[in-house]
Amino acid sequence: MTRTWLPIASLALLANVCYADVDSARQGELMHLLKQDCGSCHGMTLKGGLGPALLPEALQGKSTAFIVSTILEGRAGTAMPPWNTMLNEDEASWIAQQLQRGVQ
Amino acid sequence: MMLRVLGYVLALLAAGNCAARGTGDLGIVIERGSGSVQIIETTNNTSLGRVPGLGDLSHASAVYSRDEQFAYIFGRDGGLSKIDMLDKKLVKRVMQSGNSIGGAISQNGALVAVSNYEPGGVKIFDANTLELVANIPASYGNNNQQSKVIGLVDAPGHKFVFSLWDAGEIWVVDMSTPAKPVITKFKNIGLNPYDALISPDGRYYIAGLFGEDGMAMLDLWNLDKGVKRILDGYGKGEQKLPVYKMPHLEGWAMAGKYAFVPAIGHHEVLVIDTERWAESGRIKVHGQPVFVMAQPDGRHVWVNFAVPDNDTLQVIDTQSLAIIKTLTPGKGVLHMEFEPRGEEVWASVRDEDRVVVFDTENFAQVASLPAEKPSGIFLTARAHKTGL
Repeated sequence: MTRTWLPIASLALLANVCYADVDSARQGELMHLLKQDCGSCHGMTLKGGLGPALLPEALQGKSTAFIVSTILEGRAGTAMPPWNTMLNEDEASWIAQQLQRGVQ
Repeated sequence: MMLRVLGYVLALLAAGNCAARGTGDLGIVIERGSGSVQIIETTNNTSLGRVPGLGDLSHASAVYSRDEQFAYIFGRDGGLSKIDMLDKKLVKRVMQSGNSIGGAISQNGALVAVSNYEPGGVKIFDANTLELVANIPASYGNNNQQSKVIGLVDAPGHKFVFSLWDAGEIWVVDMSTPAKPVITKFKNIGLNPYDALISPDGRYYIAGLFGEDGMAMLDLWNLDKGVKRILDGYGKGEQKLPVYKMPHLEGWAMAGKYAFVPAIGHHEVLVIDTERWAESGRIKVHGQPVFVMAQPDGRHVWVNFAVPDNDTLQVIDTQSLAIIKTLTPGKGVLHMEFEPRGEEVWASVRDEDRVVVFDTENFAQVASLPAEKPSGIFLTARAHKTGL
């Protein structure tokens, strides 16, 4: 029994360490924001709308830092607004990583 | 004896199947989370059932056949679904593009048009069979770029009118001869038209511009006069706020000679004098307006807002231009729909998985129905309104 539980517990710890500043309740809120609010321009499934697709294929070759700065600062001359009034850098990084990985 | 009982049973079954019911008090609620719609009725404010299997319904909208029996639903994934409001069943569904944004039904009810982002353009279908009648790619520029299409409406004279987001153009398509669409293009109307509306009489088509201040207006009775810029320069010199959700210009919030539209990038509703087509006032509101909708009698205008202020609804009195009520139905108020004579209004509250109904006289909540991430609400009375 203990043998099977220990590795799972340590995995869970690792996952927590990765997003030390974004707790799991906030992760839920961010996922909601990503699908619903980012989704109003990029599509709820993120395959694009008025804004471009945000699927992993579409983001290939774009660095996490670039995606984070796009989220926080927006893109001048386009409809992409800065989200820094609602998101901090850790939260934007978490979202960027979800996008690069692919959101279910 | 057995035969008699069987006779009763058959009679009951037949009555059940053929129970006479009109459709004038019906409507649908888009459930964007589950790709379904709920069929509702507004006489007692109840849900009658659910039609699932409609794909990605984020940003979905609907129009109705003129007999109000069928709804045509435009899904984000390019799906066009025709459902029977009485049988509560999907009749037909076609995947007509990769990514679509809205649609319209022709004046005579024979054609359904869909505006697409990917590939950009408009496709027009037979309303009966959903067979393709015309394909109009939104090509522009020297290299035949394809533009995303927005603001598609029907207009009198068997026309459809729409705008090209990337190209900054308005196109009018005359479908008098369905096999031979006649397209009139208006170029350089302004940067990035994001949505459009048509006046209830079907005369004026007005596109909002994201890329610059002002709106582009086309008088469909005088096409030769071209597109005119109205409200030019509103907001100039002021810092625009980031826009977290594109406003919608669906319908036409009109009261007397005044029209009410969302100011993009501002916490304001603009009042337009439609005799001069000039701004005649601004109303400070709670957040960035998304929908600005007039009650059918024109006495009040209801406004909802973009994130992070999307838990609120405000009501403007059109005589005094004052906000007379602020309601907080819950997080994610996405859309409103008035009952045809305006005594009640439905609102979807996405994040709380319900739709609510308010009495428009005393603002009391009179009903609340569960729904899965509800967005658009569309009642069958739209069948007889130009542009809806």
